[in-house]
Amino acid sequence: MNFRGTSQTMSAGIDLENVCCDFGTFRAVDNANVSIRPGEFFSFLGPSGCGKTTILRMVSGFIEPTQGVIRIGGEDVRGKRPNQRPTALIFQNLALFPLMPIWENITFGLEVRGVDKASRRKRAEELLQLVDLPGAAEKMVSQLSGGQKQRVAIARALAVEPQVMLLDEPLSALDLKLRQHMRAELRAIQQRTGVTFIYITHDQGEALAMSDRVGVMSQGRIQQIADPREIYNNPVNGFVASFVGENNIFKGEVQQAADGMASFSTPHGTFRARLGDLGGRDGKLYVRPEHTVISVAAEAENSVPVTITDVSFEGNFITVHATGDSGIHLTAEIRNDGSATMPDRGTRAYMAFDPARAAILPDANVRG
Amino acid sequence: MQDLLRRYGPGLTLIMGLMVAFWLLMLVIIPNMTLFEQSFRPYLPVREVGGPNDTYSLDNYLKVFDGTIERSFLGFTFQIPVHVLTFWLTIWYSMVVTVICFFMAYPLAYYMAKIVNPRSLPTLILLLFIPLWVSEVLRAFAWWIILAFRGPLNWLLLNLGLIEDPIRWTNMGYTGVVIGLIYTYVLFMLFPIYNAIQSLDTNQIEAAEDLGAPWWKIHWRIVLPHSKPGIAAGSVMVFMLSAGSLLVPSILGSTTSQWFTQTINQWFNDALDWNTASAYAFLLLLLCTLFVSLAMWVFRVKLSDIAK
Amino acid sequence: MHRFRQNLAHLYMVLFLVFLLAPLVVMSGAAFNDSKLPSIVPWRGFTTTWFSQMVQDQRMMLAFVNTLWVAVAVAVISVVVGTASAILINSISGKVRTVLYGLMISTILIPGVVIGISTMILWTRMGNALGTEFFLFNPGLHLSVLGQVSYIAAMVMLLVLARLQSFDADLEEAALDLGASHTQVMRRILLPHLYPAVGAGAAVAFFQSIENFNVTQFTRGGADTLTVYVFSQVRSGITPTINALAFLLICVTLVLALVYEINRRRRARIQAEREAEARRAEEAMLL
Repeated sequence: MNFRGTSQTMSAGIDLENVCCDFGTFRAVDNANVSIRPGEFFSFLGPSGCGKTTILRMVSGFIEPTQGVIRIGGEDVRGKRPNQRPTALIFQNLALFPLMPIWENITFGLEVRGVDKASRRKRAEELLQLVDLPGAAEKMVSQLSGGQKQRVAIARALAVEPQVMLLDEPLSALDLKLRQHMRAELRAIQQRTGVTFIYITHDQGEALAMSDRVGVMSQGRIQQIADPREIYNNPVNGFVASFVGENNIFKGEVQQAADGMASFSTPHGTFRARLGDLGGRDGKLYVRPEHTVISVAAEAENSVPVTITDVSFEGNFITVHATGDSGIHLTAEIRNDGSATMPDRGTRAYMAFDPARAAILPDANVRG
Repeated sequence: MQDLLRRYGPGLTLIMGLMVAFWLLMLVIIPNMTLFEQSFRPYLPVREVGGPNDTYSLDNYLKVFDGTIERSFLGFTFQIPVHVLTFWLTIWYSMVVTVICFFMAYPLAYYMAKIVNPRSLPTLILLLFIPLWVSEVLRAFAWWIILAFRGPLNWLLLNLGLIEDPIRWTNMGYTGVVIGLIYTYVLFMLFPIYNAIQSLDTNQIEAAEDLGAPWWKIHWRIVLPHSKPGIAAGSVMVFMLSAGSLLVPSILGSTTSQWFTQTINQWFNDALDWNTASAYAFLLLLLCTLFVSLAMWVFRVKLSDIAK
Repeated sequence: MHRFRQNLAHLYMVLFLVFLLAPLVVMSGAAFNDSKLPSIVPWRGFTTTWFSQMVQDQRMMLAFVNTLWVAVAVAVISVVVGTASAILINSISGKVRTVLYGLMISTILIPGVVIGISTMILWTRMGNALGTEFFLFNPGLHLSVLGQVSYIAAMVMLLVLARLQSFDADLEEAALDLGASHTQVMRRILLPHLYPAVGAGAAVAFFQSIENFNVTQFTRGGADTLTVYVFSQVRSGITPTINALAFLLICVTLVLALVYEINRRRRARIQAEREAEARRAEEAMLL
């Protein structure tokens, strides 16, 4: 787990046990329980205001939880100030010091610990190598591009040899192309250093692409913790299903359930699908557009007669919009393998889906 | 407070708090309270201070009404206490100065904000700032030279053939004082108005032009309302500075122009009666504050708008 | 028509500048006129006697030195107090902030006469009450310093507060997170950001102090500052030595203003170059 010959850089796990955080009467985080493993790349994913940033600030020590315990490396960190915790935070706006040259920025954490100038200078060069920015030591922050600033921020956080890196949407200010480039880079740096990364984002693509595991949040509650595949393929509720991708949604009622499957009666027909953990609540049927197929003839089951209303060519896939005879709006995505044909508008057809690819799920897990 | 502690820790918070306390308590609040208290005490020889004669009274304030002179205005002749008259004339001519400063500053402020080439603006501002850096006493002195009986202004006017005989500028009531005050304080009107107009989106002016508004209507309906906080700030500054000025009236005043601050100065430095001086100073502070509050209420601006 | 109005505006600007600067030219010119009375008409020939007489004028030189001392003291105290106040005001909110801020601002509007008298009365009465002859409690220029600070600190406060608006509080948190103490955050992060405003504040305080008359007039005891001296000379008969002094002061001001302007342009150019470099780096990365 060592990197570039430095002595330690252990990574630590983080445990949140029944953590709550209130701001006045508003509960920003409600009973969060999660165990993040040492060396893991863990993302909190959710819309703005879902409480993910509050979790990050509680771990870094800028906010104290109202209830519950936070452990870093097994040690309870209640009452410890940010500078006493083995964490390093990367701010959304990066918060690079504009009046210091790059190398002083990077080694500021060492400077305040009384490390002498020559060692700091040397360390700055090593870290700049690590983040692939050699020769930038003497530059000022305003001379760097967005992506370069990103790397300096990472280097600055790594300089204090944290056991945990906390990243608060650091890529949100970048252009799309650069953002995709930086994803790979962040992941590479994480693997090179072996430090635990906790990553906050509202961009599902980012979370799924980089993380070992993802925690999806809504309204202060953690909805699901799982690896990206599981999150996307087997969301536990409608919020997770909708937040990490598109869906065709049917409202209706569960009729018969057996062996994890159930039949679901809707105004648009009765369908068979996997039955999620409804917990006694109502459910809806969710199926992804890429699992929805278009055919000229009715399939044996889960088939809806439709009229194609719009077809849009997106490059790597084709999106087909259709309206069912009973009025429901459905979408299907066809992969563009180079020979895919585009159906005409107004064509009569059937949209169908595999029961194993559809799920009956409850709405989000929120306080009622 | 919570935020302060979190950001700077208890030690620095305490130090900063002490500094603010020193400033506001020792340099502002307590001195003014002392002044207020002192103004009710009689002026006594040193050994009688604190003795049986040292009692509170309004005597110092009532001195304002001593010694009346005769004045006529619009055909009416009436008696008016000389200090009341001085006070009234101070307020009146401060208002005159304020109004003239506004009419002088507004066009230039608009010019700076919307007409001048932005590249030459810093140079223009630099030139405008030069007189500000030169001491007020020297500025008043410069006008003392210019307005002298055999001075450059009369020389110029004579040579241009505009006047037959030299004019005694500094012996025409408040003329010299008003000119001096305008020169000294017009920039305090200019910069607040400039700041206000600068924040006006030029598109609004262009939109109004596009809709066919004549230039005066654009100013009346768009630019002036937008620059109201700046105008209020500039007016308050110019008025307070003018009414409180001692230098300009002393240097450029005539035998017939008395400024209220000069009266205070006479009580304090000539008569050595600090108590009456306190009472007069307090009157000045009180009435100026009232006047400014009234003006701010009429124009619906807040104190915090002024400090920009 | 539009063109005509534009030219009218240019003309007005020129007239305004003439109005502002002509008195200074007249005053400077009088410094070189060989006439006992300070004036430029009638012109009696070029001379530099007034400069040599100025240097020999002991009282004026003493007043000049006094002025500098007072101005330096006022600048130092005002900068310290004003900066602390700005930081404090910036991180509190609610009613306390409104009251404190209003109080601070109002000091600018208090007439100098009132400040002068009240400062004088407070400190001399404190001296009497304590029965001490300690210099602090006697009239003198140190009281002028205190009186001037009472409103000049507010000017510094406003300048620093304006600069604080552009400060990103995340920088403080980032520094704390990296292990800095509160003092280190102040010294390394916050104060360096404020230095331009602190410098401007010091300059404003210095010049405000130099030109102060009202407060000084009521607190100075027997000591002279330049404004008080010039004032007494104007009343009691004047020679162009004062013009010589004014000319030198204007020259110093002009030089300082020029240095400031050149420095500002240089900084703007460096900043523009850096931003251009950042843009190039951005583009290079995307290729």
